[in-house]
Amino acid sequence: MDDKSPYFHPEYETLSREEIQKLQLERLQATVKHCMNSPFYKKRFEECGLKPEDIKTLDDLRKIPFTTKKDLRDTYPFGMASVPLRQCVRLHSSSGTTGNPTVILHTQKDLDEWANQVARNLWMVGLRPDDVFQNSSGYGMFTGGLGFQYGAEKLGMLTVPAAAGNSLRQIKFIKDFGTTAIHAIPSYVTRLYEVMQEQGIDPRRDTKLKVLAIGAEPHSEEQRKRIEDMMGVKAYNSFGMSEMCGPGVGFECKEQNGMHFWEDYYIVEIVDPETLEPVPDGEIGELVLTTLSREAMPLLRYRTRDLTRVLGRTCPCGRNHVRIDRMRGRSDDMIVLRGVNIFPIQIEKILMQFPELAANYLITLTTDQDNDNMTVEVELEELFTDDYQRLLQLEKEIKRRLKDEILLTPHVKLVPKGSLPVSEGKAVRVVDKRKVYQ
Amino acid sequence: MTIKQLSIFIENKSGTLIKVLNMLSKAGIQIIASTLADTKDYGIYRVLCDNPAQAYMLLKEGGINVQLSDVIALSIDDTPGCAAKAIDKISASGVNILYLYSFLWKGKGVLVFRTDDNTKANETIMINKMDFLTEMDFK
Repeated sequence: MDDKSPYFHPEYETLSREEIQKLQLERLQATVKHCMNSPFYKKRFEECGLKPEDIKTLDDLRKIPFTTKKDLRDTYPFGMASVPLRQCVRLHSSSGTTGNPTVILHTQKDLDEWANQVARNLWMVGLRPDDVFQNSSGYGMFTGGLGFQYGAEKLGMLTVPAAAGNSLRQIKFIKDFGTTAIHAIPSYVTRLYEVMQEQGIDPRRDTKLKVLAIGAEPHSEEQRKRIEDMMGVKAYNSFGMSEMCGPGVGFECKEQNGMHFWEDYYIVEIVDPETLEPVPDGEIGELVLTTLSREAMPLLRYRTRDLTRVLGRTCPCGRNHVRIDRMRGRSDDMIVLRGVNIFPIQIEKILMQFPELAANYLITLTTDQDNDNMTVEVELEELFTDDYQRLLQLEKEIKRRLKDEILLTPHVKLVPKGSLPVSEGKAVRVVDKRKVYQ
Repeated sequence: MTIKQLSIFIENKSGTLIKVLNMLSKAGIQIIASTLADTKDYGIYRVLCDNPAQAYMLLKEGGINVQLSDVIALSIDDTPGCAAKAIDKISASGVNILYLYSFLWKGKGVLVFRTDDNTKANETIMINKMDFLTEMDFK
């Protein structure tokens, strides 16, 4: 592989739209045929009278029913498999907070293809075998750990499985090993920076960092910019989900104008979450993915519950794989308060505009005398005044800008830095304590 | 002639004040005077101590939202009318006082306050030959 090439898989990355669609149809037909080895899909196709031969064009995909997380739970643990367990070499599982966990199986080829996607992403943002990649992401069942590990190794980087937590050790590794790239969830990058500051370390001066890969936690453009300003390097958004494999599915190129979803591996649909009809490019809807290369557990039209939109299908970087916007929320985490639809990310976007505020915040929904209210607690970055009135003014201004964005006025409460809960995994942003009306 | 005061952001929640006090106590910081008003969700705890620079670093490293503020400490006689006389001169010069607290120190009264114009306040103090305290007085 020539280090100067901008592409890791030029033969796939630079396909034209027509070539992509041709390849997708071939792979879709093969995938559907292969799905008939899965007890779940065999039954489902019989139920709706569909045969693999009925898929003659890409549009025929819409004849196939959606697959949901509930289907994965109902077939727990192995009812989705399209190969005998003997051929599977890896199992990942999501936590089962609401019933059975979901199980995702992988053959050796699935793992290889997964690593290929991650390697392609990391190459795309300028990483090469000379780089040192520190993966500060949870390992174990969380796919961000092993997914990036194998991908970074596939690319040929020296890869450090630092895992999440123990910030002092992370920083020592960054300095001692000459780490040039880190993968972590955005809130953990913020945490690392705070600890660097406490240690008197300036990431620009004292480290060799040049790339951050962030993902797995919804974040706004403002939060990304803040992370880039803090660390002095580019931060690229990553999309993955264990149902598809894990990280690798989509990643930003250097243009940072949407994540390229790899259409040689997936068919991307954006549908209205209510009607399930496709929405035009540019409109927000639910992301639906069909796998095109998976052996152990192919999924057809899987409803991700992630809300996003298509930004475009061409790019100055030379890749014609669809560009998908950052996730705008989940079709199931939307807050409906007093008839107003609110996404936590909207609130975050506003909070990030205030340099006085730190990155950590908590939205609490309560019912007070049959009125539903929202309280936004947000940490103060620095005490910039000793005047109580100035703090009240700041609260007022936050409230005003929030109202402009979400159309209702929440309570805003400034809290000292470090007082809101920080988890090592995904940050808890919304606590709903409202009365539930039957 | 201003002195450094610690201004500490405190949430109205049990345990927050003691956390700060314990940090100061462990480092052997002597509190000379302090004040905290009964505001709603949070307040600003204002502290004069014997080593504000060290205390500031300590609290900041401990993750506390803290600021060093410049305040004026006037020394006055501990007799009726002395505070009125002192403040009268300050306000006559057109300077506004943002907050004020007082305490007794070695037999004298001390008025601590922050103004919206410390330069002007200092001029007034010099012209009127008013007695003020410096950080050295609290060492």
